Parts: sequence; structure tokens; C-alpha cells
Amino acid sequence: MKELSLNILDITENSVKAGATLTEISIIENGDTLTIVIKDDGCGMSDEILKTVENPFYTTRITRKVGLGIPLLKMAAEQTGGSVKIVSNTNVATHGTTVTANFFKNHLDFTPLGDIKETIVTLIQGHPDTDFLFIHQTQLGEVKLDTRELRAVLEGVPLDTYEVIVWIKEYLNEQYQLLDNR
Amino acid sequence: MKSLAELQAIKDKMKDKVVIREGVSTTRVVVGMATCGIAAGARPVLSAFVEAVNEGGLAQTVTVSQTGCVGLCQYEPIVEVYEAGKEKVTYVKMTADKAKEVVEKHLKGGKVVTEYTVANCE
Repeated sequence: MKELSLNILDITENSVKAGATLTEISIIENGDTLTIVIKDDGCGMSDEILKTVENPFYTTRITRKVGLGIPLLKMAAEQTGGSVKIVSNTNVATHGTTVTANFFKNHLDFTPLGDIKETIVTLIQGHPDTDFLFIHQTQLGEVKLDTRELRAVLEGVPLDTYEVIVWIKEYLNEQYQLLDNR
Repeated sequence: MKSLAELQAIKDKMKDKVVIREGVSTTRVVVGMATCGIAAGARPVLSAFVEAVNEGGLAQTVTVSQTGCVGLCQYEPIVEVYEAGKEKVTYVKMTADKAKEVVEKHLKGGKVVTEYTVANCE
């Protein structure tokens, strides 16, 4: 993957496929470190599956839960000296999966974050019936988008309506401009 | 500054349109967005289709959606076009520019851009 934002798009697709109603995507930048956390309330994975998801030769072609996604994320993190941790459970009350990836930004092999706005818009366009909470924290401040808030205003107008998608794009653009100008 | 009030205005404007839109779509554009597609550049392809279809006034008849792995990973980004009463057209190795061309020539003009189809790739 050329951008970490593409890894985020890819991993979050797994959350949606796992039936998540809410997926929280957090990017936390602090000094030399960048941490990505993707937390969903989907069906979760059993310990057996969890053990195999990092293996690129493990395929769930039939259920399409995971594939090369996690190995690619792991590679991107580890080549900077970072790591990936996955916590998942299938309990009725607390099911879900949390993927945490740590990166060292100053490492030569750090993949740039890339166009994260486009990733968020793509996720909302493709999955207008599930909710996403996006938070990007840097030392300058934070950018936040919660589709639950938008949904409350839209009262039944789908989130993938083109005018809404354009609004979200422009909103994110503005939030990032404000952050850059601080 | 983008505000929720502006979103409210969009809602008021769209409320009636939503009802009209349902059920009239005759064409579906489906972009493969699995790991293979994303790695090959499917995100800008999807974005180009969404923009070109809507800016080109085709929103009433064309829907753009995402799917998983189509099974032809080496030809990603792959886009399938389903039209009522016609055979499915599979476009391979797509880019944002090719997407705009497909919207113009195929979706608007009714002529399949054969040079980008899977049949022409092997």
C-alpha cells in the first residue's frame, strides 16, 4: 500500500463486513509516533481465527473476513520499528475487534498517511447505513467527524447522497486547513 | 465554514428527491474495494465515478457502489457495469481518468469502451 490511509480503508472494510454498527477510527500523532486504532462492535473473532489473521497464507475466501490486509498493515508498522496488536472477542454483550498499529514517523521506511479524508469519504459512501467516528489528533489539535451527529440532522436522508458526500469532503478539508493554520 | 445548519438545508432540499430516486436506477456501477483493489488504486477510481456520475447529471439512473474481491486480482482496479437487459461489462486496470471516460462514453453515450474491458486485456 502506498499510503497508510489505504491500509485504514482496507482494515475498516473488515469491520463493516463483521457487521459493525459503529467503527471508531483514531489517528494519534505524538512526537515521533503515529498510532492508528480501529475499534469496531462487529461480531469479533475467535482465538483460533485471531491466531491466523497475521498469516498471509491464511485465507477466508468463503467468509471474506480477512486476507492480506493485516499482514500488509503489520509489515508497514514493523518496517518502522512499530507493531500491530489485535484484540477481539465474540461475547454476546461485548463483541468486537480493536486493531492498534504503532509507527515511528521518522523512520526511513515510514509510509506516509496520505489522503485520509478520501478514505473516510469512501467508507461513508460505501457503507451509509453504518456509523463511523473519526478522530485525528496531532500536537496542533484535532479533526473529528461523527456520522451519528450527521445522521441526526439528516433525518432519513441517506449519508451517501451526493450533496452530503460533498459536504463531508468540504467539511474535512476545512477542518484540516484550520489545523494547519494553527 | 461548513456548519450543521448547511447540512440541514441539504436535508430539506433532498427530502422530496429521495422518494423520486428510489426504484428508477437502471444502471449499477460496482467498484472492487477488497485489499487487492485498494492496493491497485481503486479509491480514486471510485471517487471519480461518484463525482462524474453526479456532476454529469446521471444520479437519477446510475448508482455507484462498492464490492469485495471479484477474483481477478491481477486486473484490479476492476469495475463492473450492470445495465438492465444487457450483459455485464467488466472494466479492468482502471484509473480515475479512464473512469471519467467510461462515464462519458458508456454511461452517457451508450457505447462500451472496449479497449478497457477484460476481454481486451488477455
